[in-house]
Amino acid sequence: MASTQVTPTRMELTRLKRKLVTAVKGHRLLKDKRDELMRQFLDLVREDMELRQKVEQGIKSANRNFVLAKAGMSEETLRAALMAPKQEVILKQDKKNVMSVDIPVFDYETRTADENDIYSYGFAFTSSDLDGAVKSLSDVFPDMLKLAEIEKSCQLMAAEIEKTRRRVNALEHVIIPETQEGIRYITMKLDENERSTQVRLMKVKDMMLEEAHRYSEK
Amino acid sequence: MYKIAVMGDYDSIYGFASLGLTTFPVETGTDPEEAAKKLHSIAESGYGVIYMTESLAALLEKEIARYADKLMPAVILIPGVRGNTGAGVAHVKKSVEQAVGSDILFSDNN
Repeated sequence: MASTQVTPTRMELTRLKRKLVTAVKGHRLLKDKRDELMRQFLDLVREDMELRQKVEQGIKSANRNFVLAKAGMSEETLRAALMAPKQEVILKQDKKNVMSVDIPVFDYETRTADENDIYSYGFAFTSSDLDGAVKSLSDVFPDMLKLAEIEKSCQLMAAEIEKTRRRVNALEHVIIPETQEGIRYITMKLDENERSTQVRLMKVKDMMLEEAHRYSEK
Repeated sequence: MYKIAVMGDYDSIYGFASLGLTTFPVETGTDPEEAAKKLHSIAESGYGVIYMTESLAALLEKEIARYADKLMPAVILIPGVRGNTGAGVAHVKKSVEQAVGSDILFSDNN
């Protein structure tokens, strides 16, 4: 893997050695991070799936109730009944840091404390089915909010896991082997240089002795 | 302080208004571009969670992906009045696939 040009100097060797130490340390840390994130993600995603199925079931039955309610009264009455809601939901968002991933924590507050304020209409002109429908939807709402929180966390964590996995792989399969290769190349080159200096010195010594004593003429 | 929005066709979402969520009806057959514009304007005006019907989300895949890696807003799919298309579950599976590399958790129960 001599794709990257390395200059065979002692300075470069020290630099590469230092780089290798950092890379190995980083690799170990990132691997730990990936494993821990994965563990938490798997728990969370299982919860997410369960909650989603529950919420979808809840919304489905609420929708069925609404269709029934709609059948029992005219379209105009229905629209008028739900036109001006009394209740308002205020969402409070906080964030939690899990392995350097910010995940949201949702909490909500309703404008009025009275839970009967979800019925924004008089009972004279609407069918009782509508009350039931609104109630069933309001029952499923806390779960919906929890689902939002968990599902968003899952998405964010999945993105972070993917990123971390890429980094771990890049370090493990590219950066670390390349650096090791570089270190090997420089060590060999330096050794080679040293040997060649040695040989040159021996040769020079031979020549000087020859000059002084004239061995070959004797 | 944030608000919660619900997007989708009127029949699927009108009930949420009574709970105090803000509803944004987008009728089926609306131009996807217009719906996308609506989504972005909602996202920028202080909504922390946007619930969206699966049928509408099918038109806006790319636009929703823009918010996937942001903390806010969370775009969450819900089934509409015309039934469950399975898109919400598919989204969960997709994030498993993204994280693990393949769907190892839920591949057996579909």
